[in-house]
Amino acid sequence: MTDVLDPTHVHEEDHGHEEHHGPTGILKWMTTTDHKVIGMSYTITAVMMLVIGGLFAEIIRAQLTSPNSGLVSLAQYNELFTMHGSVMIYLFAGPFAFGALANFLVPIQIGAPDMAFPRLNALSYWLYLTGCLTMLSGFFTSGGAANFGWVGYAPLSNSMNSPGAGADLWIGALLLTGFSAIFTGVNLTATIFYLRAPGMTMFRMPIFTWNMLVTGILILLAFPVLTAGLIMLYCDRHFGTHIFSVAGGGVPVLWQHIFWFWGHPEVYILALPFFGMVSEIIPVFSKKPTFGYKGMIFATLTIAALSLGVWAHHMFTTGVVLLPFFSAMSLLIAVPTGIKMFNWIGSMWRGQVWFSTAMLMAIGFVITFLIGGITGIYLASPPLDFFTHDTYFIVAHFHSVVMALVLGAMGGLYYWGPKMTGYLLNEKIGKSQFWFLFIGTQVFTFPQYLLGLRGMPRRMAVYPHDPQWQFLNQLSTLGAVLIGISTILFVVNVAVSWKKYPAGDNPWDGHTLEWFTTSPPPHHNFYRLPKIRSERPTWDYNHPEHKALAHGHNNDGVNA
Amino acid sequence: MKTESRILLSLGLFFGIMCAVYWRWSVENAGGVMMFAGMLLCFLPGSYYFWWSRRMKERPEDNPNATQEEGAGFIGTFPGSSIWPFVLGMGAFFSVLALVFGIWFLLPGLFLGGWAVLGGSGEGRRGGKH
Repeated sequence: MTDVLDPTHVHEEDHGHEEHHGPTGILKWMTTTDHKVIGMSYTITAVMMLVIGGLFAEIIRAQLTSPNSGLVSLAQYNELFTMHGSVMIYLFAGPFAFGALANFLVPIQIGAPDMAFPRLNALSYWLYLTGCLTMLSGFFTSGGAANFGWVGYAPLSNSMNSPGAGADLWIGALLLTGFSAIFTGVNLTATIFYLRAPGMTMFRMPIFTWNMLVTGILILLAFPVLTAGLIMLYCDRHFGTHIFSVAGGGVPVLWQHIFWFWGHPEVYILALPFFGMVSEIIPVFSKKPTFGYKGMIFATLTIAALSLGVWAHHMFTTGVVLLPFFSAMSLLIAVPTGIKMFNWIGSMWRGQVWFSTAMLMAIGFVITFLIGGITGIYLASPPLDFFTHDTYFIVAHFHSVVMALVLGAMGGLYYWGPKMTGYLLNEKIGKSQFWFLFIGTQVFTFPQYLLGLRGMPRRMAVYPHDPQWQFLNQLSTLGAVLIGISTILFVVNVAVSWKKYPAGDNPWDGHTLEWFTTSPPPHHNFYRLPKIRSERPTWDYNHPEHKALAHGHNNDGVNA
Repeated sequence: MKTESRILLSLGLFFGIMCAVYWRWSVENAGGVMMFAGMLLCFLPGSYYFWWSRRMKERPEDNPNATQEEGAGFIGTFPGSSIWPFVLGMGAFFSVLALVFGIWFLLPGLFLGGWAVLGGSGEGRRGGKH
């Protein structure tokens, strides 16, 4: 084994600390700085937030089964849709991506012992957890939780229109989770720039790690803007400033500029990690290298760059934004996203496709994201946006997108879960979960597209007695129930397969470094590392009969 | 180091061009300011990496033919466990609650925060427990 460094033998005296004797039990979870334990904490918390946000969604859909069902009051409905959006966007999708899976995987994928700043990483988690508690505790205040929509538009969010502690708790929660995200962004970027293993050049990093690097940079560009905006909003509410109110010479639409300058990059902060997960899953289960590795990375960077120039496409109907600029920039994003789509298909093309649950989820992601993406191209055109703005068409569009992310997240859990826990999940239950989730998603969103085109506005607890609207709403609710069943199936699957099917180190014949170490990985991640000569070091090590092909070149640097 | 600097510098350049176009064409200033700040945020570390990438010798992780032995040795101090992030997090939590429920929440918030800063920096000097 000449090409493998085994530090426990080579430098025994330097690596005495590889044996870890830390605290155990609850104290271990409280004091840990190990990125894997923090990643697990993030995973558990984020999945709980998914369930809570999902429950809000089921209540919203139940209310909409009839034009005036009276299941919840109008005020409660406002709280529910606000908290559904807030929990899902701020507390589930982002933290699951860059807190849970990225935290666990990025150091292992680049051969690092831990994140660059382990204690900062732990602080990120505690800020995230307290942020979750702060936001949800709004329900226990006398005025109820925040109720101005997850975007908190001024002047609806000022102290006159939204008095009470719920709104302040919402602002406080976003300050906490915002700093948590910024610290994670710092950590990811520093880890990827400084802690790669020898031979792991930038253009050999797994695509998931690449996407997390770009996500980290986007976090650093976007989140401080939101935090600044929230502080201004708080000052408007309590210290008598007039930044967002016309009365004192302020500009309400400035909030929208600030919010969406964070909000649109945030869409890609949410999406890029899931693009990365799918880009890892598809080649492994097609038994092929990634098709167009460099094209994928170019596309990721282009999406990131463009995402900072499209924020006002959420504000077309305000009438004070530069329509041609934002329309053109938004349409341009279709190009790199299209590159990714074709590359995912190219990675499957003529491969030996193994339809495991993770692969099914990844394919479901590609299809659902395509639907969400194409309707997004419609919306980039101002005339169509004027027609559909604030209708269910928008709701359907972004739910196609985010449900694709949920499919990707589930794919990631089925794919990397065995690495995190050491045990596989049941494939049979997993596949039925996939079908419920996938079919449920389409049944859930398609009626909403039609509802939007027929003019149903969003954020309405009651609607006119129109049999067509009611039928479409009931269909959509059916979809939401199917999605709910799929979530229950996931919980059942975790319970049924609890420590039942040992995974081994490399159950999927994976490509990247995380499949080289044990499941779960030891403290500081590796006992030994293979020679890194392509973007698939583990595959190269396990399949020495195949020549390492790095982006179309063989080992001798000759164009293959 | 070269790739890292190129990524950041080209992102910054793109934001710079976008900012110029937007500033010239649009009637509002907020977007232009934010894109200008985005450009600076990319140029700052990007130019730092660029400056270093021309002066430092190639790191093993930038060498496509490096062996694992080249990277062996001391990487850094990775504390195995520490209570201070938790204490600091609780301090931040109480401080945020002070924004909502009243200034007196700031007392435990600042106390915990200060304690964590002292404890954490002491731990940093000692190198932490493994």
